[in-house]
Amino acid sequence: MPGSAKPRYDDVEVGSELPGQTFPVHRVNLVMYAGASGDFNPIHLDDEFARSVDLPSKILHGLWTMAQIARVHGEAAGDPLALKSLSVQFRGLGVPEKEITITSKPRGDGEFDTEAVQDGNKLVRRGKAVLRI
Amino acid sequence: MPLDQSFVGRTYPPTPPYEVGREKIREFAEAIGDANPVYRDPDAARAYGHPDVIAPPTFGIVLSMTAGRQVIADPELGLDYTRVVHGEQRFTITRPIRAGDRLTVIVTVENIRSAAGNDMITTRGDVTTVDGEPVFTAYSTLVARGTAGG
Repeated sequence: MPGSAKPRYDDVEVGSELPGQTFPVHRVNLVMYAGASGDFNPIHLDDEFARSVDLPSKILHGLWTMAQIARVHGEAAGDPLALKSLSVQFRGLGVPEKEITITSKPRGDGEFDTEAVQDGNKLVRRGKAVLRI
Repeated sequence: MPLDQSFVGRTYPPTPPYEVGREKIREFAEAIGDANPVYRDPDAARAYGHPDVIAPPTFGIVLSMTAGRQVIADPELGLDYTRVVHGEQRFTITRPIRAGDRLTVIVTVENIRSAAGNDMITTRGDVTTVDGEPVFTAYSTLVARGTAGG
């Protein structure tokens, strides 16, 4: 199974952090994600449009980052379907061509506090993942 | 212009059935860069006890966001979609979505508020099979930046 060499939640003590995992994100990922998800908001696809509504450039779909958070926790559980619930707050604006790092801290009883950071900018804060264990 | 508060508590009729396809799941898995075979190969999914290919946990956004457009695109609500970014998202998952599912969404407006000059709306999408089996619930908060007039 992919992910078998990744950190497993049962190897990590409560309160200690899973090693951060980084994910590259390229411009083409925004186009692929728009098509796959059906979210064609031009703020994700068109620099000119994004700047016209006071964004720095086209921005990453928050749900793309959330998908990586879901994946990290599924892999940590050894089962991509172990995720019972996941909630996040989106904060900083993600941009393409810079890596995203997902961190996660076990709280016990299958609960994890998780965040996503890009270039020092917190994209997701107060994430909470709950796994079936 | 503030959003129309009278939308809070509104529930919309079930959406037309959405049939989940193997290739749509594969497309989504490719888009998020997840190579796990359970999203592509029925035999790999069966090894985990599923009858067919299953979808990544956040695949549900494909259904819940489309269903949510009934609310956010309603001109009566007064949301400026060009200013909208995603504020918060929560999924509670009863069971994985799998290929062959026929799913329907019932959307409810949970909350409307303004803070720091932004308008915010939270919708809930309850997703079931057409036979009424619960699959997941999605809560989405959208933020319209700077539209609440300070």
